[in-house]
Amino acid sequence: MKIDILKHELVPHHEILSEEEVEKLLKTYNIKKEQLPRIRIDDPVAKAINAKEGDVIKIIRKSPTAGISVAYRVVSKEII
Amino acid sequence: MITASKKEIDKIVFGLLSPEKIRKMSATRIITPDTYDEDGFPIEMGLMDTRLGVIEPGLRCKTCGQRVKDCPGHFGHIELAMPVIHVGFAKTIYAILKSTCRGCGKLLLDEKELERLRKLYKKAVERGENTSYFVKEVVKLANKVSHCPHCGREKLPIEYDKPTTYREAGHKMTPSEIREWLEKVSEEVGDDLLLLDINPEVARPEWMVLTVLPVPPVTTRPSITLETGERSEDDLTHKLVDIIRINQRLQENRDAGAPQLIVEDLWELLQYHVTTYFDNQTSGIPPARHRSGRALKTLAQRLKGKEGRFRSNLSGKRVNFSARTVISPDPNISINEVGVPIDVAKELTVPIRVTPYNLEEMKEMVRRGPNPKPPAGVVYIPGVNYIIRPDGRRIKVTEENAENVAERLEVGSVVERQLQDGDIVLFNRQPSLHRMSMMAHKVRVLPYKTFRLNLAVCPPYNADFDGDEMNMHVLQTEEARAEAEILMKVQEHILSPRFGGAIIGAIHDHISGCFLLTYKNKEFSKDDAIRMLAAAGYMGEVKEKMTGKEIFSKILPEGINLEYKAKACIGCPTCVKEKCEYDAYVIIKDGQLISGVIDEKSIGAFKGEIIEYITRRYGNSAARDFIDRVTKLGIAAIMVIGFTTGIDDEDIPEEAVLQINEQLEKAKKKIQDLIKAYEEGELEQIPGRSLEETLEMEIMRVTGRARDQTGEIASKHLGMDNSAVIMARSGARGSMLNLSQMAGCVGQQAVRGERIHRGYRNRTLPHFKKGDLGAEAKGFVSSSYKKGLTPTEYFFHSMGGREGLVDTAVRTSRSGYMQRRLVNALENVKLEEDGSVRATTGEVIQFVYGEDGVDPMRSIRGKAVDVDMIIKEVENE
Ligand SMILES: [Mg+2]
Ligand SMILES: [Zn+2]
Ligand SMILES: [Zn+2]
Ligand SMILES: [Zn+2]
Repeated sequence: MKIDILKHELVPHHEILSEEEVEKLLKTYNIKKEQLPRIRIDDPVAKAINAKEGDVIKIIRKSPTAGISVAYRVVSKEII
Repeated sequence: MITASKKEIDKIVFGLLSPEKIRKMSATRIITPDTYDEDGFPIEMGLMDTRLGVIEPGLRCKTCGQRVKDCPGHFGHIELAMPVIHVGFAKTIYAILKSTCRGCGKLLLDEKELERLRKLYKKAVERGENTSYFVKEVVKLANKVSHCPHCGREKLPIEYDKPTTYREAGHKMTPSEIREWLEKVSEEVGDDLLLLDINPEVARPEWMVLTVLPVPPVTTRPSITLETGERSEDDLTHKLVDIIRINQRLQENRDAGAPQLIVEDLWELLQYHVTTYFDNQTSGIPPARHRSGRALKTLAQRLKGKEGRFRSNLSGKRVNFSARTVISPDPNISINEVGVPIDVAKELTVPIRVTPYNLEEMKEMVRRGPNPKPPAGVVYIPGVNYIIRPDGRRIKVTEENAENVAERLEVGSVVERQLQDGDIVLFNRQPSLHRMSMMAHKVRVLPYKTFRLNLAVCPPYNADFDGDEMNMHVLQTEEARAEAEILMKVQEHILSPRFGGAIIGAIHDHISGCFLLTYKNKEFSKDDAIRMLAAAGYMGEVKEKMTGKEIFSKILPEGINLEYKAKACIGCPTCVKEKCEYDAYVIIKDGQLISGVIDEKSIGAFKGEIIEYITRRYGNSAARDFIDRVTKLGIAAIMVIGFTTGIDDEDIPEEAVLQINEQLEKAKKKIQDLIKAYEEGELEQIPGRSLEETLEMEIMRVTGRARDQTGEIASKHLGMDNSAVIMARSGARGSMLNLSQMAGCVGQQAVRGERIHRGYRNRTLPHFKKGDLGAEAKGFVSSSYKKGLTPTEYFFHSMGGREGLVDTAVRTSRSGYMQRRLVNALENVKLEEDGSVRATTGEVIQFVYGEDGVDPMRSIRGKAVDVDMIIKEVENE
């Protein structure tokens, strides 16, 4: 039996940003891609949405205080 | 003037000292364990050789030719007769031995594997990542190999015994053998040593086995001369003496061809001394001790821990312009103020720059000297301790030279003026666990010897007056004063960032006083009303007769509206609001207290609804003013009304005592019944519990209920005319549980959440039968504190009390360490102007601070907006 983890209650919404969106994001925060938080390429969700190294993933979570909170992570290759 | 030369540190590289380097930097070889000759002169080639630097005034260093203050000290060296392991690298040596071949010295990995790791390593370096975990990987991979992939030699298992013993297949290896192995590794492994977290450019593995020992300069281990004229050497010198002695004996024995056994013993001893020289707390060996039995403080001990160089001399140091003394309360000063003793004020100074505009004023002040006589009716006026001339020269002002110095005072000088009222200072009480532990106060110079502080600031400092001491720091620059005034003043911290509520507020008698004043509709004469309102600083009209609520309303800000349940509320199923029989529903309308009693919930620290509301609605200054007034009003009220408490507050009538005894008997009977049912196997088991557990749980329930019931009986006779009850109900001090334990019964004592069961075999004390499961035998205290405990009850009570004490002691030390680690990990994380949270290099930690971007101090108890309050306010308009 295989389940779609993306539909799980506790898995927040993940989406891969387009080139332009990434550029815009980096410009808003005035940072380089390396300064983003990371997500491992073998992370179950990263695998499920077929993310490649260097992709930036937008994560939209429910938050008890803010309603919705948005975070971005750059996909990084596994280490060892 | 001292001019600093600017040099920037590009990088720091940590490496190992090679034997050659040690010899090269050495000023002399040390061969004799003796330090001074009979005339008290340092012996040549001894540990105090003047080539290692000088510590006595008058002597000149033989290496650099300078005297005490200028000679930095110079290293020497000891040639070790046999090599020894450096404890600091024992683990690294173990990792190398496990991952290399003894035959050919190469890494026990095949070329393919190696290539993969090299690539990963390169990538990690490019990314600037930590590479130390490669060691683990290499060791793990080498572990799987049975024969060397390069020369085919069988790999024997390596064992490591703390601290410095290595065995290959059970056979103990000498440091010489290990050194030979490591030499081979250096040659064969080369740049791949990087995978073992060793930089071959600055550290060769064989240097981890010492053949030469550096001797630190005498300036780092100065001897002290006692009053008796005796010399006392530094612990490091003692340790070095031991090393040289054993080294000498080892050399002699080996050269004389002594039996292998003796040589080996001496070798081990040398290893022990060198090991403890580096770290005298090495696990696995006893610490080296002084003749007196005190453990020696060697190299690692100088650096490690709270008293070590880092924590006590580098991250934290003693500072100037600070004072420390005992604190005591002063309800008459503002929460923004601190009372400073005259003696302290005279010692601490504020630098004032002399300008054309204040020249005359400053001259006048300097003329007073350091010890001015205050004019009649004044207790204190500030004098001047030092002036700093424009050329940087510092002149001490004395009574003799004051006149002179004042006349020659010129623009551009700095006058170090003594403290005066209104100066801003930082005030701190350890442990500094949150930012409210250090706040800015305004000085009030007062007589006597203690720091005085307002009682309402006790909660943020967690201070009381049983001997607590606090520190004060005088700010020295205009920027610091501005920053303190704007960010650190007490009134800026009335709301806590911890929970978004008031942390500064009324305590103890303030609350009792306001409770007594406002409870129900007590009336006060004009005289009493004036007395109370004058104390609170009210200047307006006073009516002929006033209720307490009217009096309290006078200090409320105009037009304030609030509605909430007081602390006294017992939570009736349906609240009847202003008709509450306990007067526990507070309604403030248009600045008037309409109903409800003022207690902890209204004005208390941590709770104070009114304080919170005023702070948010009317600002910090208004809140400070309210706190200052409400505490004074509370104290005035409690003095007018009168208040006292004593043990007779817990007196209950004879019939209540009988009722309580009856309840206790019933409970004991019930427990006997439970035990009987258990013994006869009729007890109904709770699912998931054993029969014994079921019995214990049932009994605990019965004892718990017994205490509650006795408490209820007792409190029926303790009404609102009782001072102890007033304190408990208003939240001033104590709880109804405390009272019921004093008047009714103390209840079941527990250790680790269970009835007391440890002690003798099958019983807690020899006073009981073996196997007795009854209430008394297992720590039920049926007496009250007032009646007094029986000897067995007292013993059980002590057992429960001990657990509480141990718990708090353990908790504080553990949570302290946790906080230290947390602070060290987060100290560089910072909120940027764009609202994101960043680490030092600009990496994003959070895109929006705390997900919602809300400053917790400005939140309403954690929430960004208080919808109910907004609706109410809109309704009122
Ligand atoms: Mg104390
Ligand atoms: Zn010198
Ligand atoms: Zn080999
Ligand atoms: Zn009520």
